[in-house]
Amino acid sequence: MFIINCPYCGERDQTEFSSGGEAHIVRPKQPTELSDDEWAEFLFMRKNIKGIQFERWNHIHGCRKWFNVVRDTSNDKIHAVYKMGEKPPVNK
Amino acid sequence: MKNKYSIFSLIKNAFSSHENWQRAWRDPEPKKEYDAIIVGGGGHGLATAYYLAKKHKMTNIAVVEKGWIGGGNTGRNTTIIRSNYLWDASAGLYDHALKIWEGLSQELNYNVMFSQRGVMNLAHNLQDVRDLKRRTHANRLNGIDAVWLNTDEVKKFCPIINTSPDIRYPVLGGTLQKRAGTARHDAVAWGYARGADQLGVDIIQNCEVKGIKRDGDQIIGIETSKGYIKSKKIGVVAAGHSSVIANMAGLKLPLESKPLQALVSEPVKPIIDTVVMSNAVHAYVSQSDKGELVIGAGTDSYVSYTQKGSHNIVEETLRAILELYPIFSRMKMLRQWGGIVDICPDASPIISKTQVKGLYFNCGWGTGGFKATPGSGDLFAHTIANDEPHKLNAAFNINRFVSGDLVDEHGAAAVAH
Repeated sequence: MFIINCPYCGERDQTEFSSGGEAHIVRPKQPTELSDDEWAEFLFMRKNIKGIQFERWNHIHGCRKWFNVVRDTSNDKIHAVYKMGEKPPVNK
Repeated sequence: MKNKYSIFSLIKNAFSSHENWQRAWRDPEPKKEYDAIIVGGGGHGLATAYYLAKKHKMTNIAVVEKGWIGGGNTGRNTTIIRSNYLWDASAGLYDHALKIWEGLSQELNYNVMFSQRGVMNLAHNLQDVRDLKRRTHANRLNGIDAVWLNTDEVKKFCPIINTSPDIRYPVLGGTLQKRAGTARHDAVAWGYARGADQLGVDIIQNCEVKGIKRDGDQIIGIETSKGYIKSKKIGVVAAGHSSVIANMAGLKLPLESKPLQALVSEPVKPIIDTVVMSNAVHAYVSQSDKGELVIGAGTDSYVSYTQKGSHNIVEETLRAILELYPIFSRMKMLRQWGGIVDICPDASPIISKTQVKGLYFNCGWGTGGFKATPGSGDLFAHTIANDEPHKLNAAFNINRFVSGDLVDEHGAAAVAH
């Protein structure tokens, strides 16, 4: 339970948002040439980090826009929020 | 078995005011090298060590635990045991465990208070009814006891349920597995710890794994807070922290770790003599022998290792509990806690070798691992000892995420992810 600072709407309770999991997992450019291992990596394998994680959130009960969050999963403290397409403000 | 617990040992110790009971397990320092090391001293890890020693005669082994044994999810779950899963592979896995539960207290000479009080799963909408009926049929084809109950039969089996058609999520029926029930979770950890210790297993507590050492593709040891320990076989049973250990070995797992919550009420006189689960509204309730209502809630929707969980999740569960059981409306909740559960995309576990030789993972039990503790330990021990899976856990290998041969148990896993 925490507050997320939506880049479009401002500070709102976490319950207004929907978590989209790990960020910066790029969809393969040429899916037809992917091996099964590479598909598994893209679809299922996750870092599931205990510590600083880069992740996607959607303000599902607000502006319904996607954006990125840098959060420490060991204490739920949010370090940064940035829009889709922007460079992560902290070193990734 | 030395120090066998019996009515005679109880009487004997009563004469000395119960001051001369011996420690149930030793507190050894780690040796330099073991034939196998189990990382994680919860129920699954201790059971693995026990069966490695007992069935596979590997006695030069250790269990390393970063806290105290049974202090993680083993001591945090709502102790529900059942095997009414949909697919053949899962039915085999969970019913294997249930069969071991039925004789576990005798085998371990330790009362795990296994109580086959039945588990009822409620249906609240038409799709629930279809899914649960289908699951009942699938269970019976696999030799697992399951019956469908209509609303009146649900009311008869558990009279305090509000079966009025006017509530937000009316009870349209339910399934019942009579062999299912509960057990005392701490006793399971302690019983396996004592059993493993007597077979020579070193249980090393307060020993956190800091690194995994590889020599190319072969595992060679672990770096811990109590120093470096050599071993060519490492079995990781670290639940919510499985990914953390995997990352140390340079692997990624298909897991997400999330807080799952439970809570207990003040103790009251016996009021509910079974376990009632309601997947659609996230409300699971049973009553402990002390009289507390034991209530299970849902998971948070995001990755977190905080062992807390959000307030809105508890609110949602209690709202459903109050609608289904109006008689509980004045009860007070005493404690609430969270545990970190490792959830697989298909809501089924991984009991598997990995691409690193000598490194094995038993993880992904998500929201319902407690029920499988004895079977999970037995099959993981088999996998480690033979470097090959048993036929009952062959389907639960890590390669299923590459081959696409998933075991989708989102319906039977109960807590929606």
